[in-house]
Amino acid sequence: MANTHNPDMTPGLVNAYEPGEHPDWPAPSSVKGPAHWIKTNLFGSVTNTLLTLLTIYLLYKIIPAMVDWMFIDAAYTGTSRKDCEAQASGACWAFIGTRLQLFIYGFYPEAERWRVNLTAILLVVALAPVLYDNVPHRGKALIFTVLYPLIAGVLLVGGIFGLEYVATDQFGGLMLNVIIGVTGIAFSLPIGICLALGRQSHLPVLRIVCVAFIEFIRGVPLITLLFVAAVMLSYFVPPGTNFDLLVRMLIMVTLFASGYMAEVIRGGLQAIPKGQYEAADSMGLKYWQSMRLIILPQALKIAIPGIVNTFIALYKDTTLVIVIGRLDILGIGRSSLADSKWQGLSTEVYVFVAIFFFISCFLMSRYSLYLEKKLHTGH
Amino acid sequence: MTTTVDQGSATARGEPNVLLKLWRNKETRSVIIQIVTMALLFAFFAYIINNAVLNLQALGKTFSFDFLQEPASYDINQTLIEYTSRSSHARAMLVGILNTALVAFCGVILATILGFVLGVIRLSNNWLASRIVYVFIEFTRNVPVLLHILLIHGIMVHFLPLPKQAISVGDALFLSNRGVYAPRPEFLDGFGFTVAAFGIAVIAAVIFRRWAKKVQEDTGKIYPVFLICTGVIIGLPLIVFLISGSPLVWELPKMGRFNLQGGVMMLPEFLALWLALSFYTSAFIAEIVRSGIMAINKGQWEAAGALGIRRNRVLQLVIIPQALRVIIPPLASQYLNLTKNSSLAIAIGYMDIVATIGGITLMQTGKEMETMIIVLLIYLSFSLVISAFMNWYNKRIALVER
Repeated sequence: MANTHNPDMTPGLVNAYEPGEHPDWPAPSSVKGPAHWIKTNLFGSVTNTLLTLLTIYLLYKIIPAMVDWMFIDAAYTGTSRKDCEAQASGACWAFIGTRLQLFIYGFYPEAERWRVNLTAILLVVALAPVLYDNVPHRGKALIFTVLYPLIAGVLLVGGIFGLEYVATDQFGGLMLNVIIGVTGIAFSLPIGICLALGRQSHLPVLRIVCVAFIEFIRGVPLITLLFVAAVMLSYFVPPGTNFDLLVRMLIMVTLFASGYMAEVIRGGLQAIPKGQYEAADSMGLKYWQSMRLIILPQALKIAIPGIVNTFIALYKDTTLVIVIGRLDILGIGRSSLADSKWQGLSTEVYVFVAIFFFISCFLMSRYSLYLEKKLHTGH
Repeated sequence: MTTTVDQGSATARGEPNVLLKLWRNKETRSVIIQIVTMALLFAFFAYIINNAVLNLQALGKTFSFDFLQEPASYDINQTLIEYTSRSSHARAMLVGILNTALVAFCGVILATILGFVLGVIRLSNNWLASRIVYVFIEFTRNVPVLLHILLIHGIMVHFLPLPKQAISVGDALFLSNRGVYAPRPEFLDGFGFTVAAFGIAVIAAVIFRRWAKKVQEDTGKIYPVFLICTGVIIGLPLIVFLISGSPLVWELPKMGRFNLQGGVMMLPEFLALWLALSFYTSAFIAEIVRSGIMAINKGQWEAAGALGIRRNRVLQLVIIPQALRVIIPPLASQYLNLTKNSSLAIAIGYMDIVATIGGITLMQTGKEMETMIIVLLIYLSFSLVISAFMNWYNKRIALVER
């Protein structure tokens, strides 16, 4: 009676099935199970088989050598490259280990590093209400998020409230990457929204200005903008004023990111059906009211995965500051290579930094995928 | 109507303010906003230009592009055109532009090929290959491109042997830490015939294609256009080449006393930049290709199948034209990204625009403003040319489809 759901299955028709074809029976092993899976997924056709064999050969060539170099034949302790070479012929991770602090904090004074740690913890607190909807007291937490850049600036630079002043050229390592990336995204969001709205504006002058700015920013590499920050920007301020290189860099990175952000948000704006604009107009809402209450909340929600992707791209691009002489995590690694005790270990450094970037960017891209899925079900 | 009401309310409240009245009218308000924007913009530019003039005066510098005519007096390790250290800065700039164009062009080609292959393998039903490609794509695109460049350059410089012990691949290709030496083609006298034959073959193939299309539209008869065209384009020049006595020899690199000699040498800087940019961009292109093909509804396959079209013809006539429409716009922006990322050349010492005019020339002449403006303009024009070309191609594709 298990067949009641199937109207065709009357007891009289059972004999109509060939032996082995009865739907109540488990499928034969030729269409199910691991053997069948291997057959269809790995050896389905001649090309498929060749591809599988080629892949297996490549894996056989690469994986054991890589594992050997990275883990088995690697040295984890030691104080110089000679120590490493005496222990093993593979990677010399001791080098990374002894310089881990430098990789994270750069040249930030050792006694003051708790400030960096505190800023990082507060960053998590500030980001939580933005990233997750069901954070308790979200409204109040968002106020903290808005104030966070100021708090972080005071904490890191100091000079007031009894905090010792730390010059920005002592910032370095991972800390510099995070500062530039987070500042760039945080400040580019409002600028990007304005640019995106301006690009869609009915006022030709506003539109042309916004389009020209966005296309200019997207048409030149970040590296040239950083050069502009380093050598050219100081010409544009009144004579005698001299402002910090880090601030100049942050300005250029923010402008760069806002060009891309504007395009992401424009995508979100274009995805809003025209009826929403018309509905807002027919309610008698003014332009800014309709944008603030109806259009932008929807558009930003659609644009969030794009914003996260922009952040990932910007975060990777923060490594470019080494071309104007600032030492981020990659720059610290690169300059460490000059140490005579540890010469010739460039592969270790680059692999370490690569793995670090891979883990952080991969996690962020997973988060963006999660958001995409979450937002998709809403429609 | 509105204006009378506004007037009424304004006088009722005792505000005979003309500006306020203008502000309340939608048309005049938009004019006001635009005029204010323009005024602010002009004021801003006037301010920064004024500052720049004052700053330049204070430093005793002038704003002029005369330095471009002065001798550059530095060497460039890779020159596609004739260049010596006595050449002008303008010439050095041109060398830089060509070097950027070369690495961008080679990068776009390799990245496209790699990206399409990876994207198709990623979609294949071979589980193992698809997974491996997935790992490769995720790893490649989540690591900064600068790191790729430094890593590949580091491996080339540290792990390849000196030119004297260069690794030889079939005695034609030599890999060393000073560069890769490849055979150089040398064209003898009769090679012009082969080039001419190639030109004729291409024209013939285009004419045949048009004719075959017309025949197909009139009668429904289908010729194997692709096979015949390929055959003509390859076959005709080959026959002429052989008849005219094979006027092409390859100059192989040879081991000299201290160094490899002859052939074409590719600098490790160029190779590292080329490979790193191609790998990095190919990971993005693979994802674009994958999503482009996946964006095509399964119903399209089934509908074409129901019409009795063979599977490879379905791909050619139904799927690819539609997938290209999805693929082209993001592909264009990847090409732009690759070109812009080639500016990272400066990190390993490949002499592109940024390294020549924006680097050494800037340091030598102290003309920060002028050189940076030139560099920015060059990149802008590169971007505009690429996006114009891709827009044109995109339009063509769209026309074919509808």
